Amino acid sequence: MIEVKLWAGLRPLADNQSVVRVEARTIREMLRKLEERYPGLAAPIRGQVAVAVDGVIYRDDWSRELPEGAEVMLMRRLAGG
Amino acid sequence: MSSIAVSTTINGDDVEYLCQPDETLLDVLRNRLGLTGAKEGCGTGDCGACSVVVDGRLVCSCLVLGAEAEGRSIETIEGMADGSELHPLQRQFIEHAALQCGICTPGFLVAAKALLEQNPNPTETEIRFWLAGNLCRCTGYDKIVRAVQAAAAEMRGEPA
Amino acid sequence: MSLDTTLQDKAFKSVGTRPTRPDGVDKVTGRARYGADFNMPGQLVARVLRSPHAHARIKSIDTSKAEALKGVKAVITSADLPDLSNGDEGLFATLDNCMARDTAKYDGHAVAAVAAIDEKTATAAMKLIEVDYEILPHVVDVDAAMAPDAPLLYDTVFTSGIEPAPTTPSNVANRAELGHGDVEAGFAAADVTVERSYKTEQTHQGYIEPHACVASCNPDGTAELWVCTQGHFVYRQKCAELLGLEVSKLRVTSSEIGGGFGGKTHVWAEPVALALSRKANRPVKLVMSREEVFRASGPTSATSIDVKIGATRDGRITAASATLRYTNGPYADMWAELGAMTAFACYDLEHVKTVGYEVLVNRPKVAAYRAPSAPMAAFAVESAVDELAAKIGMDAVEFRIKNAASEGTRSSYGPVYGPIGIGPTLQAAKDHPHMNAPLGPNQGRGMACGFWFNFGGQTCSDLNINADGTVTLAVGTVDVGGSRASLSLVAAEELGIDYQDVKAVIADTATLGYNDMTDGSRGTFSSSMATISAARNAIQIMRERAATMWDIPVEDVYWEDGHAHAAGQNHGNRAPLSVKEIAAEAGNTGGPIAGHSELVADGAGVSFATHICDIEVDPETGSSRVVRYTVIQDAGKAVHPSYVEGQYQGGATQGIGWALNEEYIYGADGRLQNPGFLDYRIPVCSDLPMIDTQILEIPNPNHPYGVRGVGETSIVPPLAAVANAVSNAVGVRMSHIPISPPRILAALADAQDG
Repeated sequence: MIEVKLWAGLRPLADNQSVVRVEARTIREMLRKLEERYPGLAAPIRGQVAVAVDGVIYRDDWSRELPEGAEVMLMRRLAGG
Repeated sequence: MSSIAVSTTINGDDVEYLCQPDETLLDVLRNRLGLTGAKEGCGTGDCGACSVVVDGRLVCSCLVLGAEAEGRSIETIEGMADGSELHPLQRQFIEHAALQCGICTPGFLVAAKALLEQNPNPTETEIRFWLAGNLCRCTGYDKIVRAVQAAAAEMRGEPA
Repeated sequence: MSLDTTLQDKAFKSVGTRPTRPDGVDKVTGRARYGADFNMPGQLVARVLRSPHAHARIKSIDTSKAEALKGVKAVITSADLPDLSNGDEGLFATLDNCMARDTAKYDGHAVAAVAAIDEKTATAAMKLIEVDYEILPHVVDVDAAMAPDAPLLYDTVFTSGIEPAPTTPSNVANRAELGHGDVEAGFAAADVTVERSYKTEQTHQGYIEPHACVASCNPDGTAELWVCTQGHFVYRQKCAELLGLEVSKLRVTSSEIGGGFGGKTHVWAEPVALALSRKANRPVKLVMSREEVFRASGPTSATSIDVKIGATRDGRITAASATLRYTNGPYADMWAELGAMTAFACYDLEHVKTVGYEVLVNRPKVAAYRAPSAPMAAFAVESAVDELAAKIGMDAVEFRIKNAASEGTRSSYGPVYGPIGIGPTLQAAKDHPHMNAPLGPNQGRGMACGFWFNFGGQTCSDLNINADGTVTLAVGTVDVGGSRASLSLVAAEELGIDYQDVKAVIADTATLGYNDMTDGSRGTFSSSMATISAARNAIQIMRERAATMWDIPVEDVYWEDGHAHAAGQNHGNRAPLSVKEIAAEAGNTGGPIAGHSELVADGAGVSFATHICDIEVDPETGSSRVVRYTVIQDAGKAVHPSYVEGQYQGGATQGIGWALNEEYIYGADGRLQNPGFLDYRIPVCSDLPMIDTQILEIPNPNHPYGVRGVGETSIVPPLAAVANAVSNAVGVRMSHIPISPPRILAALADAQDG
């Protein structure tokens, strides 16, 4: 079971929860299950989201495996210069 | 407006062209003669990317009219190397990583060459003030100043 | 084959050396071709007509006189760039910014464009375009735009991120809150608190090369675009979407780029040039003037920031909070949120809260500028940290070391850190001779830390082994500062061959798969991963070819030092085969040899830096000059140390300019008063000393060589380092950037009166 923290802007789309628990082995599975449970998250997950796994930020690599007990957080996808 | 016929010397070669009375030397070099080494960064003489030498004097070619080149001798970045032999400044700029994007590099090289012709042994302060008319946004000037110092030493025949 | 990105224990031969760059000779001889250095047969010249008003409704545009002028081949308005955004707000904002639709939203906003046979005709035609404006009230200042009675840019914007949702429109597009803990409890536990407000002014990336492109649309729907850009694949995508072109039919070639720093990550002139070319059926060249660059491209946010930090007397921070208000220009983005994320990222805080407000104003659309939004937040926070350290009588470096984030710290933006480099950069600063060098009269020393995320992204490369055994490496990340040299080093390292035998080029969009832009400090980080992967794929093929040549199983062939070696007792006496020998036989062993790679480079690793600055202030005139400057930053692994140093020095210098001089100055009419390099003063050679650098190498565990991005973080600390130095020199806290001579004199006068 993975605990996923949501940034404030996403919470209204997920029943105002700041932490959501899902069973998932990869980032892709986690995002898919979040989407299934909260269809409102579908739009931000397409293009606005990055995922921090144990402090490392993944923007595109959805195949990344989620270690048991990993700290997982959805963040805003960043711009750079 | 009718065009003006101009006869001039560019990098040692006789060159003739027609230009409009209000056309800058920079536009003539770039658009009529295909010498695009001089760059337009501002068009107002503030950035030095269009630096060339006219009769031994360092100028911003965006502030000179094409018609003013009549009878004069112009040196541009394209004439700086001697055939396949790079000028020591060109070589030292490469070796010292004194360029990142490189858009300001032709202007810096033309300006630095003019400096070393007047003053073969400039201090760091003299180099910095001479080159203050050339803007670089990438390097912070550190490696540019070092490259000019190294080229000056080489041209004086000092061991590296 | 997917790449194993974990850090290898490896002794480097090529990586870490400083060879000359492959594009060096072209760039010192004037042969390198930048955006404006390219021409096509029958090419027209384009000019863009821009709004002279900060905010005005466009009642009508009459182009008939311009169209009738001899030599004019096309005139376009927003009608020629119809809205194909299909509900995509970001794409619509890009479209509206490229060509204003019903309203001009800032001084310099494009309203029409002309293509003519020469510049003179195009300029004459522009003057014949009649635009009927209804001038609307405008607002350019960030705080003024938030006032309840401020002129509104839109009556349809209701601040998001607030519960309950507001019922009246405002210029605040979004409120974002980050943090953890209970800041009120934290402040209650503090012995000493500093609370102060700061302002920073809007700056421009200031690349020396203005935006330039040549666009050519053909009647069969194909099109070509030559352009200076940080990301030609992204430009292709945006232009195709905006113009309704098929992606495959638009071929974009990136020219040499004369600086970008984030400013060439967004399209401006390119869709306009394509639309003109489509209408005129001729190639069109569009080059912005410097004035247009300032008025209509870039810039960064102007900000207003409140910071409060509390600490115990023994120097432990108990709580920190900040409210950050960032101008976005007329289109909502996430600039304040980025500032809110980065503000306290250097510190280990139990209680922290940041709130960011995205503020819409009648200024150009904000674009990314090197570690976007972080420098202003760092200025405010690092100024307050310095003041707090002084208040409790602690050394500024010691105070920061005591409170620095480390592995296991929950960052202020949410996640818990892995191994990070803030502590080592602070320790290096403490141990640096600069820190203890004597200061002269009227001199002050300041230091500050900075943070930036860095990222990776979609990346693709081709590595071709040529018949003579030399290597052509085609990459898709634009080279903004020497990455062709770095990537050639990486290819040489992985293959085990000489650097001189590798030639790296930037491929166009038709010859390589998609690549994200060179932004987020990703160029060398991402493309080095793709290069390693491509090289390993090529090595696999070369092992197979060697096995064929030797007629032995491929499992018995291993690769070392640029050669295939036969392993095992049966074939141990065979002379190793070099790349050249294998390449020479390629035609008879299976055809051309190449390695390809398509991957997502992720796990870039966050980046930290600490800067030290000495400043001398003339109390008579308020003028100041940097007399010594030191940059200390973690590079993970410096692939080409000279160009890493160059990134450090260049970023520091941009930050120094921001801190001391650079600012957009608007008149009461909302017009930009200093759109040129004479009045918008970037640092010149005589303003600066040498910029000392110290490269720390704390390997990134998520890259085979340990590489981290290095491009952006160096601009984050200077605003604060300079402000702290000036404040220490004059004895007055400077809270408004740029700290120009008039502001220093005013602060000194205030202090005397006070």
